[in-house]
Amino acid sequence: MSEKFYDVIVIGGGAIGCGIARELSRYRCNAALLEKEEDVCSGTSKANSAIVHAGYDAMPGTLKAKLNVRGNAMMEQLSKDLDFDFKRNSSLVLCFSEEDRPALHALYERGLANGVPDLKLISGDEVRKREPNITDEVVEALYAPTGGIVCPFGLTIALAENACENGVDFYRSTGVTRIEKTGKGYLLHTNQGDFRATYVVNAAGVYADELHNMVSARKLHIVPRRGDYCLLDKEAGNHVSATVFQLPGKYGKGILVSPTVHGNLLVGPTAIDQDDKDLTATTAEGLAEAMEKATKSVKNIPFRQVITSFAGLRAHEDGDDFVLGEAEDAEGFFDAAGIESPGLSCTPAIGEYVATMVAQKGGYAKKDDFKATRQGIVRAASLPVEERAELIRKNPAYGTIICRCEGVSEAEIVDAVTRTLGARSLDGIKRRVRQGMGRCQAGFCTPRAMEILARETGMTMEEICKNREGSEMIKG
Amino acid sequence: MIRHDIVVIGGGPAGLAAAAAAKKKGIDDILILERDTLLGGILNQCIHNGFGLHTFKEELTGPEYAARYIEQVKELGIPYRTGSMVIDVNNKKEITVISREEGLQIIQAKAIILAMGCRERPRGALNIPGCRPAGIYTAGTAQRLMNIEGYMVGKEVVILGSGDIGLIMARRMMLEGAKVKVVAELMPYSGGLKRNIVQCLDDYGIPLKLSHTVVNIEGKSRVTGITLAEVGPDRKPIPGTEEHYSCDTLLLSCGLIPENELTKELGASISPITSGPVVNDRLETDQPGVFACGNVLHVHDLVDYVSEEAALAGGYAADFVKTEKDAGKAPVALKAENGVRYTVPQYLDPEAMADKLTVRFRVADIYKNRSICVYFDGKLVSRTKKRVLAPGEMEQVVLKKEEVLVSAGLKEITIRTEVEES
Amino acid sequence: MTEVREMICINCPLGYPLTVTIDGENIKVEGNTCPRGEAYGKKEVTNPTRIVTSTVPVEGGDLPRVSVKTASDIPKGKIFACMDEIRKVKVNAPVKIGDVIIPDCAGTGVAIIATKATGQA
Repeated sequence: MSEKFYDVIVIGGGAIGCGIARELSRYRCNAALLEKEEDVCSGTSKANSAIVHAGYDAMPGTLKAKLNVRGNAMMEQLSKDLDFDFKRNSSLVLCFSEEDRPALHALYERGLANGVPDLKLISGDEVRKREPNITDEVVEALYAPTGGIVCPFGLTIALAENACENGVDFYRSTGVTRIEKTGKGYLLHTNQGDFRATYVVNAAGVYADELHNMVSARKLHIVPRRGDYCLLDKEAGNHVSATVFQLPGKYGKGILVSPTVHGNLLVGPTAIDQDDKDLTATTAEGLAEAMEKATKSVKNIPFRQVITSFAGLRAHEDGDDFVLGEAEDAEGFFDAAGIESPGLSCTPAIGEYVATMVAQKGGYAKKDDFKATRQGIVRAASLPVEERAELIRKNPAYGTIICRCEGVSEAEIVDAVTRTLGARSLDGIKRRVRQGMGRCQAGFCTPRAMEILARETGMTMEEICKNREGSEMIKG
Repeated sequence: MIRHDIVVIGGGPAGLAAAAAAKKKGIDDILILERDTLLGGILNQCIHNGFGLHTFKEELTGPEYAARYIEQVKELGIPYRTGSMVIDVNNKKEITVISREEGLQIIQAKAIILAMGCRERPRGALNIPGCRPAGIYTAGTAQRLMNIEGYMVGKEVVILGSGDIGLIMARRMMLEGAKVKVVAELMPYSGGLKRNIVQCLDDYGIPLKLSHTVVNIEGKSRVTGITLAEVGPDRKPIPGTEEHYSCDTLLLSCGLIPENELTKELGASISPITSGPVVNDRLETDQPGVFACGNVLHVHDLVDYVSEEAALAGGYAADFVKTEKDAGKAPVALKAENGVRYTVPQYLDPEAMADKLTVRFRVADIYKNRSICVYFDGKLVSRTKKRVLAPGEMEQVVLKKEEVLVSAGLKEITIRTEVEES
Repeated sequence: MTEVREMICINCPLGYPLTVTIDGENIKVEGNTCPRGEAYGKKEVTNPTRIVTSTVPVEGGDLPRVSVKTASDIPKGKIFACMDEIRKVKVNAPVKIGDVIIPDCAGTGVAIIATKATGQA
């Protein structure tokens, strides 16, 4: 395999890597992104709380604090520009006892110091007036109207597609195995051959420490901190309207209950440190803990309507803050490491922050022809009847429903596979159009989605994978 | 707007039998809407034999059973459309349907027959902890991939749930060269038919572990193994009973759920026990002119009973179209208690009811030497001794109109099990 | 020499456990409560038979495969031999229900017939 040369290579196709790639694509530089999995959004970005935090949690002065408030402010316009789902549904931090009130008030003060707009302390009764399912135990709450929820798949994939459309080359199924410092940059060894780059951006999520430590003597240490979640049916989606947090206290960090931007109800996450960076298995204890703790905040959660459970890994760095910027002893190697909560909320701000640094270092000027917008996949089921009818007239494949639960048509799946950076796996389709994300969890539509993926890509049915190589669906 | 007298939603065994019955009762303007590309529903993938013993007095395979009804529908000239998905129904009986050929259409029906069938309970709903790799299939999905498309889903298989589809798939996979290591069942009894346990498991030496469940799934890409554990009377895993099985596939056969999304949209009441609509003796929901039959009403174990029930629904829908009369709420409630989980129907009208009404129900547990007792407003009217009752086998009692009518002012019919003093 | 076999009667939902004692020509069934149980027990030890069902690929059909079955039951011991033969077959569309796919499957004298129709694509 011949070597490939770039000005900048971003390692990692999660929200952060794609966010940085998208911001870099504003500049005149030759950039690429390497993702070890078969698709972008395959690590931490695919399994998290999907929250856009208001920004009161982090200590004033930290990168987390600064970039959260900025990221939150940027998210709304970004969601319009790039056509992904985002909603400001507001958030509540619940305080359960008199003795914890000072901690809640401290959180309020911290939020003010961080510049979070429109924060308010409200009484328990006021909370229950807004959210009738909040428990009677709640004495006071911190209300943040700027809190929001986002589709993390939509966000990440939109950033990736937009970066790609603006000239960033994406290499999927391309994992970096070794990095060498060279005279004027870095040599990256991957399973798909060697890449050379003047600058490297390390956005490798839970693996960012391993990559960093290949080139720097100032070691990072990331612990994968697992969180287990339960997702409930859309029938339970209105159980609360705001994202409901618990004040961190003697019960630990607390469990959130939140609607998702697609109308389901999400409960979680737990926080369990583990060694394996590739293991996202839930445990019975973890799921039980999430459900049990959630009932402290919210009454009568219909747990019979759980449609799936999952776990994600937070990239917790020992220093407790984001590690952003050029490594001190490795010139031209930029880290975006230790990105745990509120990392998703910070995505646009981190992208801007890191890309600006890289562009300054490289002296890259801005492009004149940067395209700031991207058209998402049409969701036919959400259109008014007449528009949907017109769509089917133009393209009859919108008239063939593949996923009954989410109302996803064949045309949408074809679009997901054939568009820029199209899906190469069933999970890739699912994250783009929600096929199989409904209450039957892909029971009916799996065979049909496999056929369409095979037809549109030329893969055989035997080659169709759920996600990475080795996850073949057919075996025999 | 397009108008039809009767629109049948679903072209599986229930929809086909209902449409044929309505036609035979003199309604010509019928339309069957089927979302799949073929009529026949789930029977198309049920290639095993054992269907039709009651209806045709012979043992047919699923496709053969379906073909008899499909031929009947074609001979009767009943219009049907495949690849047509109903996406909305409202309480004015306006049906929104989309298809490749016809685009999006709204159809005004005089009567609607709901025959959408059911779906399988997925892994998520069972909340099985562990990894989420490829190789976890509901039994029906695996059945479709194998029997319709011809692809093997795995080589070393563990099956959770001993419902009939799971048992049938255990044999099917063995016949195609896979190794089925064990079938685990959460309950202390199997929900499947006896003959399936003998002919699908015992014949192939596949062990059935009752009171066991899957407590962990391993495999980062494809399933590499699972852990089984015994469960106690509370159905919770007993620590220390864990057993590991290496396998590449986990099939789930853990129950069926009637697909009533449309039923809810049109405003019909749903029974929390059956997950199907509440119906009266005419199989009419509490939305006048909307009828239900087959697995969308309650999950059946024999397709013969689906056809029988659907033919009744079709006939009553035809009657409704002829009179277009809202008969009002049926005055007599049927109540299930003491081991009887539910009844279908849940209401009846003594004046309007047929001479004989078959009331179907399931029991809550395995019972030996009990009677099925029927009470009219607290007065015992019949008592039928049963040596064995099992939740996996649907039971029935037949109510006679003449007996119901003589009980003037009747408000409630109770069906319950009672222990036999033997 | 006598042989004793335990089995479950499948004739009705009661599922009585049967004990079948084989003493040469002499077969005794115990545990049954009706004549069907006795007949079942005897058949299961002397000549157990089963219907076998599977699918075969179709060339040029509007369906990729059609389902098939043995036209009548075959000896239990021949099930896998039958499957081996069924697996070798390919049929050409059109296919009607009842079409003979294999006239004599694995020497059983029983045909494999189609249980699903398909037209030409």
